[in-house]
Amino acid sequence: MIQDVINIIHDYWLLLLIGQYPNGPLGGLANTLILSALAIALAFPVSILLAMARLSKWAVLRWPVTGLVYITRGVPLLMLILWSYFLVPLWTGADVPSFLIMLVTLVIYEGAFLSEVVRAGIVSLGQGQMDAARALGHSYIGAMRFVILPQALYNMIPSMISTFVSTIKDTTLGYVINVPDLTFAASQVNNQLLSQPFQVFFILAVAYYLLCWSLTHIANTVEKRIARRRAGPSKVRLRTDVLPLKTFTEQL
Amino acid sequence: MSGFDLSAILSNPDYQAMLLQGIEMTFVIYIGSWLLAMTLAILLFALRMSPLRVGDPIVKAYVSYHRNVPTLVQLMLWYFGIYSLMPQGITDWLANHNAEAIFAVIGLGLCQAAYFSEDLRSGLRSVSPGQMEAAKALGHGYLSAMRFVIMPQGLRNALPPLINHSVSLFKNSSLAIVVGASELTHAVKEIDNVSFRTFEIYLIGTVIYLFFSLIIMALGAFLSMRSDPMRRARA
Repeated sequence: MIQDVINIIHDYWLLLLIGQYPNGPLGGLANTLILSALAIALAFPVSILLAMARLSKWAVLRWPVTGLVYITRGVPLLMLILWSYFLVPLWTGADVPSFLIMLVTLVIYEGAFLSEVVRAGIVSLGQGQMDAARALGHSYIGAMRFVILPQALYNMIPSMISTFVSTIKDTTLGYVINVPDLTFAASQVNNQLLSQPFQVFFILAVAYYLLCWSLTHIANTVEKRIARRRAGPSKVRLRTDVLPLKTFTEQL
Repeated sequence: MSGFDLSAILSNPDYQAMLLQGIEMTFVIYIGSWLLAMTLAILLFALRMSPLRVGDPIVKAYVSYHRNVPTLVQLMLWYFGIYSLMPQGITDWLANHNAEAIFAVIGLGLCQAAYFSEDLRSGLRSVSPGQMEAAKALGHGYLSAMRFVIMPQGLRNALPPLINHSVSLFKNSSLAIVVGASELTHAVKEIDNVSFRTFEIYLIGTVIYLFFSLIIMALGAFLSMRSDPMRRARA
């Protein structure tokens, strides 16, 4: 069993990492990573726009976007992928590669999820920040740009990384529309071998585990570091809390 | 095939039957995996809370595996991999008893158990240890303190994430299509293949998913409203 696993890795590592074409388009793990990175990079600005629209005072902007976010979150990602699979070629009138279709779907889906995170980040800052920025002469956009968003985004970094992890996991669904990612590469290996499905999918699971686990680990480290910096000179603050209490009990 | 026409699908008895069958299978998978996940989650949670030292790393490894490996890959590992390792007698039995649905339930249930157990744990952890001390001081034993003081508060805190994850389990039941279970997404694809009314049938499928997701969310909101201790005070 273990020998089988080693043999498969030895024979197919190149295919699993960059796909089957030496000079053609990328595949395998490379595609998984490129797809997730692009999806997050594009979903991020989308999510900010969506969050700002949901917080806007104009109902024309607020309601459709709220509806869109609810629909996106209430429908399986698989269903959205199948939607894009026939809608994107219909709109563009061209044969769109499944990679792009998957990218579009992921941007919408992760954008909707991230927009909730951004919205929570903005709401948690409180109206006071906006009021203060306006009082200092900032316009609404200026206040958002220079005061609200920098603070909200700073708080969002850990959840950004965990969204990145879930994006990596979501790219596997591209399997249904034949996106040539890591899962696809593994299923190709499985089709070539035919006799060792467990070993192949075991390697696939371990690969995803290592990838996502290390990213989660980074997210936790970043989160701790941010929390520490946020807390500031905590020792001093703690001591001022304790000292009066001590003197109070001593007086008793 | 001309123009937008929902009734072409909705009034066709064949398509109705396919859709209903799909919905039925989706619910079989959903309820089956939900029950499996909740049972396992309570066991995992109990193992973690127990004074046994071995329980902790086992549960941690379990949760870590199921959170870091995509659900789709877990389903593939079960259906394509572990299925092939099973002895002949069991595979024959499974093949005659809708193996696709069984493995979808196992895969989704085991995966979701990790999330459910973490929800339960974080809910119970948010009850301060002072509550247990106070309950003991009032003469409660460990079990009755758990039953009357800790659990009601902890479960209430755990409710919102449990609802979120119940909804995502419902949505994840669509992944069963990859191992070939004939659930709702499968029915939608099948009808698309026969009727060529792609837009209409996907719209119907999406609305059905959205409808049930919203119902689960509403049920959850109702439950958390009912368990709100301030409700009676306000009424």
